[in-house]
Amino acid sequence: MVKKPLPYTYTEEKWIRDRYLPHQWCPGCGIGTILKAVIDAMDDLGWEPEDVAFVSGIGCTGRSSGYVNAHTFHTIHGRAIPVATGIKLSHPELHVVTMLGDGDGIAIGGNHFIHAAKRNIGITAIIVDNSIYGMTGGQVSPTTPENMKSTTSIYGALEPPMDPISLALGAGATFVARAATWNPVHMRQIVKKALEHDGFAVVDIKSQCPTYFGRYNGISDPVELLNWYKEHTYIMKDPSDIREGKLPLGIFRDNKSKVELSKKYRQLFEHLRKEGENNG
Amino acid sequence: MELVFGNHAAAKGAIDAGLKFYAGYPITPSSEIAEELSVELPKVGGIFIQMEDEIGSINACIGAAYADKVSLTATSGPGFALMQEGLGLASMAELPVVIIDVMRGGPSTGLATLVGEGDLLMAIWGTHGDHPVIVVSPGNVKEFYIYTQKALVWAETHRIPVVVLADEVIGHSYQWIDEWPEPIKIPERTKERVLEIFENPDDYLPFATDEEGHIVPLPPIDSGIKWHMTGSAHDVDGFPTIMPEKVKRLIERLWNKVGDIRDELIDYEYLGDGDADILLMSFASMGMSAKQAYLELKEEGYKVALFRPRVLWPFPGDELAEIIKKNGIKKIIIPELNAGQLMLLTKAFLADKGVNVQYVGINHQYGEMISPDEIKEAVYNG
Repeated sequence: MVKKPLPYTYTEEKWIRDRYLPHQWCPGCGIGTILKAVIDAMDDLGWEPEDVAFVSGIGCTGRSSGYVNAHTFHTIHGRAIPVATGIKLSHPELHVVTMLGDGDGIAIGGNHFIHAAKRNIGITAIIVDNSIYGMTGGQVSPTTPENMKSTTSIYGALEPPMDPISLALGAGATFVARAATWNPVHMRQIVKKALEHDGFAVVDIKSQCPTYFGRYNGISDPVELLNWYKEHTYIMKDPSDIREGKLPLGIFRDNKSKVELSKKYRQLFEHLRKEGENNG
Repeated sequence: MELVFGNHAAAKGAIDAGLKFYAGYPITPSSEIAEELSVELPKVGGIFIQMEDEIGSINACIGAAYADKVSLTATSGPGFALMQEGLGLASMAELPVVIIDVMRGGPSTGLATLVGEGDLLMAIWGTHGDHPVIVVSPGNVKEFYIYTQKALVWAETHRIPVVVLADEVIGHSYQWIDEWPEPIKIPERTKERVLEIFENPDDYLPFATDEEGHIVPLPPIDSGIKWHMTGSAHDVDGFPTIMPEKVKRLIERLWNKVGDIRDELIDYEYLGDGDADILLMSFASMGMSAKQAYLELKEEGYKVALFRPRVLWPFPGDELAEIIKKNGIKKIIIPELNAGQLMLLTKAFLADKGVNVQYVGINHQYGEMISPDEIKEAVYNG
C-alpha cells in the first residue's frame, strides 16, 4: 500500500530508535537530511521496519544504521555491499538498503560496488557523497574535486575526481541517479524510485560536510556550503542536458528489463526441482 | 566402498550438515570445494556465489550468517590473509561463519600447488585484537567431512567463526571411505528459543548472555524481532560504546568465550601404551605421516606415542601435559610443514605445567611432506 507522503517536518516514529538520539553528526551535516529522505521514502512506499535490512559501513555515514529501527548492521569499512549481498540472497523478501560514504562505497568498497552493479543484486546503494573522509579528520576522497583542499591535499587535490555515476553506469547498475541535499524534495522522489527498483540501484547524493570539506575550502558555513552545491549542480531535463563545470541531478538509467539476481537463483532452484522430479 | 577426493569430502560434509550458503573466490588448492558446492547447493535450494575477491566472500558469508544461519567459504593462505578483516567482524558481531583454509606453501604466492602448514598462527591470531575463534584441523579425507560439519555446528551453536585448517595433501588426496558417519545437522534458529530468554520480543538484546553466561541465540530474521549489530565495541544492545566498563565486559567475555566451552571442543587422537618415552605430535596431513611412523616404530619395539590434535584452538595444553606426566615422556618430536608454529604453541602451553621434556622439530618449508622414514630417523638418532 502506497501512503500519502508525510510532511517534510515529520518522520514516523516507528522507524527511529529514539533512545540513541541525539545523533553524533556535526551541526550542518547532510547525512541527517539524507537519512530522513530514505526513511520517509520507505514509509511512502508502505514498507514496515520488519521488511527492511539496513546495512552501513564505517565512517560518518556508517553510523546511520544504528538510528534506524529495522534489521540493521553497522559492518566494516567498505563492506556494506557484500554483507548486504549475503542478506539479500538468503532472504530475497527483504528490502535491502545500504547507506555508503564516498570513500566507504567507491574507494575501499569500489570492487564490491562494481560487482554488485554487474550482478544486478537487489540492493539500494545510497552514497552520501560529501567528497571527504569526515570520521578520520577530513582527508581527500575519491570524489574531492581537483585542486580542492583537505587535510591530505592541503596544496589542492592533484587527482581528478571519480564520477560515481559513470562508474555505476559502466558497471551495469540498472538504476542510476544523482541527487543533492540542497533539494530534499527532489532527493526524496529520486530515493523513492531507487528503493522501488528491483535490482541494483545507485543514488549518488552530493552532501555537505561543513566541518572539513567546507572549512578547508573557505565555505565552513553550512548554508553557504549548500548554496555552493546548488551553484555547482542542476536538475537536468534529460541525460543529454550537459552544462559545463556543473553536475547534473536526476535519473541517468532506469532499466526494468533485467531480472534481479536473487530472483534468478529462485528460478534456478525451481528449474532444478522440476528436473529432479522428472528424473526421479 | 567409495573413493573420495578430499575437497569433495568437505563439500559433502557441508551439504549433509544442511549448509545453505557458500561464497568464495577461486584459489588453489581449495577450488574443488567451490566447484562441488556450485553443483550441489542449488539442488537443495542453497546459494553458491562466486564473489569478486576473498574480502567480498567472507563479508557475503557474514551477511548470510546475520540473516539466516552459518555460512561457508573456502580458500588458501593468500585468500585467508584477505579474510582476516572479516574474521574479526564475525568474532566481534558473534556471527557464525566457517572458513576452510586448504593450506599451501607460503609466504605470498609461495607454492600454489604444493603443501604447506604455515597458517596455524594466522588462523588463531591473524585478525587484530583479542578475539575468539575456534580452529579445527582434519588429518585425513574422512576427517575433512567430519570436522567441516563440526565446524558448522559449533559456529552456529556458539555464534563464533571457525577455521578448518586442512592442507593441499588432504584436499587433493583420494581415500577409500567404507561408510560415512551419521551427519550432524546445523541447528535452525527459532523464535521459541529466543523467547525462552526474552519474554518480550521487543526486549531482545543480541549481545546479552543466558543464565550460564553464554551468548544468546539469534532469532530468525522473519520472526518480527529486529536487532542491531556492529564491529565497533558495543553494549549488549549492539549499539557502539566506548564506556570502559562496558567495553571491558564485552572484550573479557569474547576473550573467555572459547575457554568457556573448552570441554566440548577439545579433540585429539592419542595412541600409545602408557610407557612411552617419545611423543610424536603433528597436525593436518602431517598427522598421517606421523601416525605411520608411530605404527612402524612401535612394531620395531620403540616406546613411542602419538598425539594428533584435531582441535588446535582451544589448544589441548592441559591434556598434553597430563599425557606427558602419566607416561613419563622425555622427548616430543614435532614434524610440521612450517618453521615451528605447532612447536611454539606447544612450548608456550607446557611452560607452566611442570613438565621437563626435550623438544625436537622437523621442519619442511619447500612443498614436500616429511616422510615417516625421516621422522623415524629422528627417533633412531636419539
